[in-house]
Amino acid sequence: MTAHSIGATNAPVVRAVPSVWRRLWDANAGGYLFLLPWFIGFLGLTIGPMISSLYLSFTNFDLLTPARWVGLDNYTRIFTADPKFAQSMRVTLFFVLFSVPLKLAFALCIALLLNRGMRGLPVYRAIFYLPSLLGASVAIAVLWRQLFAGDGVVNDLLAVFGIEGPSWISNPRYSLWTLIILAIWQFGSPMIIFLAGLRQIPQDMYEAASLDGASKWRMFWKITLPLLTPVVFFNAIIQTIEGFKSFTPAFIISGGNGSPINSTLFYTLYLYQEAFAFFRMGYASALAWILLAIVAVFTAFSFLTSRYWVHYEQ
Amino acid sequence: MTFVHKSIAALLLVTAISSPAFAQTTVKYMTFSAAPDYLEELDATVAAFEAAHPDINVEVETAAYNDYFTKLQTVIAAGQAPDAFELNYENFVAFANRGVLADLDPLIAADTGFSTSIYNPTALAAFSQGGKQYGLVESFSNVVLFYNKDLFDKAGVAYPTADWTWTEELEAAQKLTDAANGVWGTLAPIQFWEFYKTIAQNGGSMFNADKTEVTLDSAANIETLQWMVDKVNKHHVTPTDAEMAGQTDGDLFKAGKVAMLRTGIWMFGDFLANANFNWDIALEPGKTNKAHHFFANGVAVSATSANQQAAYEWLKFLTSSKEAVEIRIGAAWELPAVSDPAYVQGYLDQPKPESREVVFQALDTAVTPPVINNWTQLTDIVGQELEAAKLGQKTPQQALTDAAAAVKNIL
Repeated sequence: MTAHSIGATNAPVVRAVPSVWRRLWDANAGGYLFLLPWFIGFLGLTIGPMISSLYLSFTNFDLLTPARWVGLDNYTRIFTADPKFAQSMRVTLFFVLFSVPLKLAFALCIALLLNRGMRGLPVYRAIFYLPSLLGASVAIAVLWRQLFAGDGVVNDLLAVFGIEGPSWISNPRYSLWTLIILAIWQFGSPMIIFLAGLRQIPQDMYEAASLDGASKWRMFWKITLPLLTPVVFFNAIIQTIEGFKSFTPAFIISGGNGSPINSTLFYTLYLYQEAFAFFRMGYASALAWILLAIVAVFTAFSFLTSRYWVHYEQ
Repeated sequence: MTFVHKSIAALLLVTAISSPAFAQTTVKYMTFSAAPDYLEELDATVAAFEAAHPDINVEVETAAYNDYFTKLQTVIAAGQAPDAFELNYENFVAFANRGVLADLDPLIAADTGFSTSIYNPTALAAFSQGGKQYGLVESFSNVVLFYNKDLFDKAGVAYPTADWTWTEELEAAQKLTDAANGVWGTLAPIQFWEFYKTIAQNGGSMFNADKTEVTLDSAANIETLQWMVDKVNKHHVTPTDAEMAGQTDGDLFKAGKVAMLRTGIWMFGDFLANANFNWDIALEPGKTNKAHHFFANGVAVSATSANQQAAYEWLKFLTSSKEAVEIRIGAAWELPAVSDPAYVQGYLDQPKPESREVVFQALDTAVTPPVINNWTQLTDIVGQELEAAKLGQKTPQQALTDAAAAVKNIL
């Protein structure tokens, strides 16, 4: 570049300045080449299908005959004349509202325990993390079904204390709670992140506090929690999005249709049902875009409120 | 000829003999009715077909009924349709209307020496649409009353007869139920299919004759649903979901825990192999009417298949050849839909269950599925409301009123 600049003094006055793109390319060609495989996948497997699903959401499409443009019909019907949309929204919000805070609280408790410098920490950490790796799998959903069945292990355990448990999975009053418990059990990844966050808190703050005679409880509320809020915020956002997207456990445990009586009809499950059981791809695409909008609004709202409760260290 | 020449000639000859005389055509076939109980029978049918048609190779793909139509519709949409596939009567209409099935008439017309008169004409007509034959009929099945003779003998109750009504069924069931040992008198699932048949046993139906009006919430239907629910909650002759504890009704019957069970004749194979007691079948008791399920499966060729001729040959063999029909009868794999009385006799001559003629008697009072265009949504709506009634969340009247209102919207 230096040689080029020197030579430039003799060059004609009107000389094409390399475009921004050209300069970006010259500087980062290697990076772009390495990025290319991901980028092709992103275009073909994410952006492409998203655009076509946006188009399909304004059509009636049954997969076998060509899509027919219907304008905003699908959206109007979803918001005005679809009791299953309302039901699936209720189920999903209830699930997110209960599973996310409970899961985060549980993860934080375990992280605090593990942070006390016990021996064999890596082993415990790995064990506690395991459910997060397995949790979304079909096998665990099947296991859950067995645990909470009428004659399952949970009721056998309750029987020891003389309690006759109901059939958790097939009773609409409890079925959603079994899924919430399953979600809480997968506390591993927020726990790992909490643990890392706890390590970041400077020890001298605790030392100063204990010199001033602060109790453990007070130190938790006044030091640990405020300094941990960025991590809590991050975990809350990620887990909320995960909660809205949750599909496999409900699909397996309810037998694919949100039973009993639509009590576990997650939004994603209803979307799947419209797409692959009723074959209304256009309608299902509209549902998918509404879900995206809802998640976006939730996330934006969290970011807006975050300035009032999340403390970043200066 | 020198030795070398001879050797080369011999080599050429060997090569010519060992390589196939003509190119192999592969026919991909997708099915649900073979899995999981009749896979061996399907393999045997394929082997017999390939022996008769060395130029055609059949590649089978199976899926369980619950996943089958999702899978089939998705592969067709992706342009990967199997050359030939199975369809039940309920779903056939939707597929034929969407232009994904090949018209078989030209293939049948060109097939000298073959006549569709080999099939039961009514059953074959079910798989035509707009005057065109889009499918061949493969099999029938229906639902009858299975009963555990040993449990009847032990309780000293007479076996069910054709003139039993719900009243006699309930009396017998009360004597047969033995709560202490977890034995139940009678079992019929509370779900969509059982419902549309049971309401017919009380003179009801889901729609009027031309399916323009919903009659789901008629007084007779409410009474019928009340009867179905009462067997569980009031008379305690049928187990609740919790008492069934995740076992299927077939599992309970095989375990000798159910005296009377309404289920399909597709269970013959499983029960013959795994039920270690004496059992037989009878006509179902009704209230004012006799009514029995009637299901038909057909097979179709994909409109986009490059091997339609070969696919047609395979389907013709599967549905009507002597070999295929005999394999089907031997294994009690539903009923072949052929009209030849000799085949029917072959079916009746099988030793167990004794009263096989019941399967044919039940056809006289057959109820076909109330197919409408939004078929899967209909099954979903009604199914959810029946579940609410079963679990006591809604009264039968409330459940059927709600179901009727929702069904009106999709008619």
